[in-house]
Amino acid sequence: MPHIQLPEGLHGIRGAMAFRPETAKPLNDLVEVLLREPNSLTQGERELIATYVSSENDCYYCQTIHGAIAAACLNDDEGLVQSVKFDFQNAEISAKLKALLVIAGQVQRGGKNVTAEAVARAREMGATDIEIHDTVLIAAAFCMYNRYVDGLRTTQPRDEAMYRERGKRVAREGYVSVSKEYLPVEAAR
Amino acid sequence: MPHISLPEGLPGISSGFAFRPETAKPMRELAHVLLHGPSTLTAGERELIATFVSSKNDCYFCQTSHGAAATAHLGNDSEVVEQVKHDFLQAKVSDKLKALLVIAGQVQEGGKNVSTESVEKARLQGATDLEIHDTVLIAAAFCMYNRYVDGLATWQPRDPAMYASMGEHLATHGYLTPSTRSVLEVAK
Repeated sequence: MPHIQLPEGLHGIRGAMAFRPETAKPLNDLVEVLLREPNSLTQGERELIATYVSSENDCYYCQTIHGAIAAACLNDDEGLVQSVKFDFQNAEISAKLKALLVIAGQVQRGGKNVTAEAVARAREMGATDIEIHDTVLIAAAFCMYNRYVDGLRTTQPRDEAMYRERGKRVAREGYVSVSKEYLPVEAAR
Repeated sequence: MPHISLPEGLPGISSGFAFRPETAKPMRELAHVLLHGPSTLTAGERELIATFVSSKNDCYFCQTSHGAAATAHLGNDSEVVEQVKHDFLQAKVSDKLKALLVIAGQVQEGGKNVSTESVEKARLQGATDLEIHDTVLIAAAFCMYNRYVDGLATWQPRDPAMYASMGEHLATHGYLTPSTRSVLEVAK
């Protein structure tokens, strides 16, 4: 049961967002820019970073929905998503993404854990300043979203089919667009 | 030295914001709504929550700038800011705020650490659902801002006057516009 009275029937972050639309707007705008706007990192790669951090933070809702969005971006390869969560060094992803996931993991533990060595390694693998910046910020942001979702004890159904279906929708339409179905019009602009 | 090539002369988060304005915009807006917008918690109380979490996350820039904002809101009482950082249960703040700081501390450790007991205690002290929601989100958000500022190894000067001036700006204007000017600009 959630710690506060959240609107019924809206799971995970959606109930919290519907409860407080004024904060929902920048939360949706931030994830939209970070994970969906044009970027030299693909949408799938960025969703994998988000999924990995959410898994490290042990947030069921976030790792499952973002894992589903990632899979939808990556030819429905759920096996790949699982391999990134559990053993990314041996996953079938680029050396650059592995180097960025090391940085993301360091951020998850704490900002000061990011080492010059990890950054140098990412650069050797071709990562640009913007890609490093965005990796740090995606990881940092998911340390927020995960704490928000679990901190309010939002409802997190164990219904993989639901996440899979919603993952495809969000991958296609984006966070701001999908949020219109549960937020008042002016907050979901 | 920052891990990436950030604009010179801008301290802490402002360098990240200048580097990447597209992500700065929602991050500013979130801080503005949470810390400066209308609330039954005073701006001073909310800045104390942010300062407390930033202190637990050991982020110098964030705890000092938000500590300065809190001081400015609280009639220049920097002592209460230090009390909250080091031993909030003994600080000169309301019992309700103490109960909310317990929740904020739990969020800082991890979302699942928020206990039913601490939420009940906050309610007993008069905290509303909105106040509990905002406490959780402020704490969560500062777990983001702190990681961003330290994760990029931003420049974090040890200049009390700079933070005092930032604090005044933040307390008066909030977060939508920069509270810092480039050190290079100021030197002209």
